[in-house]
Amino acid sequence: MTPADPAIEAIFPPPRVDPDSDHWVRTLSGTGTEREEALARLHELLLKIANGEMRRRGGQLRISGPELDDLAYQAAADALLAILRKLGQFRGESRFTTWAYKFVMFEVSAKVGRHFWRNPAVPIDTEDWDRLADRFGLEPDREAERRDLAGAVRLAVDEHLTQRQRKVFVAIALNGVPLDALVVELGSTRNAIYKTMFDARRKLRAALAANGYLDDETSRHS
Amino acid sequence: MNGWSALDDFLRTDPRDVGCAEAMELLHVYVELVAADASAAQRYPGIAAHLRACGPCGEDFAGLLAAVRGAAE
Repeated sequence: MTPADPAIEAIFPPPRVDPDSDHWVRTLSGTGTEREEALARLHELLLKIANGEMRRRGGQLRISGPELDDLAYQAAADALLAILRKLGQFRGESRFTTWAYKFVMFEVSAKVGRHFWRNPAVPIDTEDWDRLADRFGLEPDREAERRDLAGAVRLAVDEHLTQRQRKVFVAIALNGVPLDALVVELGSTRNAIYKTMFDARRKLRAALAANGYLDDETSRHS
Repeated sequence: MNGWSALDDFLRTDPRDVGCAEAMELLHVYVELVAADASAAQRYPGIAAHLRACGPCGEDFAGLLAAVRGAAE
């Protein structure tokens, strides 16, 4: 682990690392047979978690069989590399395995995001505004309401969003591109795309409220 | 829920939302609190707000929680 400032540690003592986690960190940081055995054991655990997670998400992925197994294997292998790279950052705030499994989730998400582009339903920048009503569950027979909703949102998008915010909003809200897939396509990060979408949502809601389409309250805590 | 109310729900933002980077930085801590039923959302309201709003982070949270609970069984 990275050495900490003794003066700071005297005021804010680091969390106590449980014996199992301490064993993982010591053996993975070590050398020789002990380290090799720890690596093999961790890889086996990560693969089990990646397989379970791929199957948990399987329904939404349209992936199955050997392809799913292959993605799980890749996710486990890349998670292991990330864990070894970041081992010095483990502070014992959780069990080591919980911290390690987190990297499996990240890798599974990244693999699934990349996999989306093997068979995308629509291009990210197609602007078919009629889809918006479908996206928000308005039945085809409510034609006037569908037209109103699409028209109001499109006007707010035209008037209030930057080009980048428009691109992200159209891809996610109109075309149903998963956020992690958009991250891959735009060469960005999940945090940056989420922030762009967050700002777009906030601006659009304010505009629709100002035009009387939505309640004039800025947020609702649940 | 459909039409305007669904759109309203989609567009609403929570100012407490900490964003993906901070939520994912502490995800392992948050998940263990949830697994232990230790008022995770009260201790980390910004993370709770984010996980409600962000599909991908919510998915990572659900997966990690399932993994931790599965490992404990």
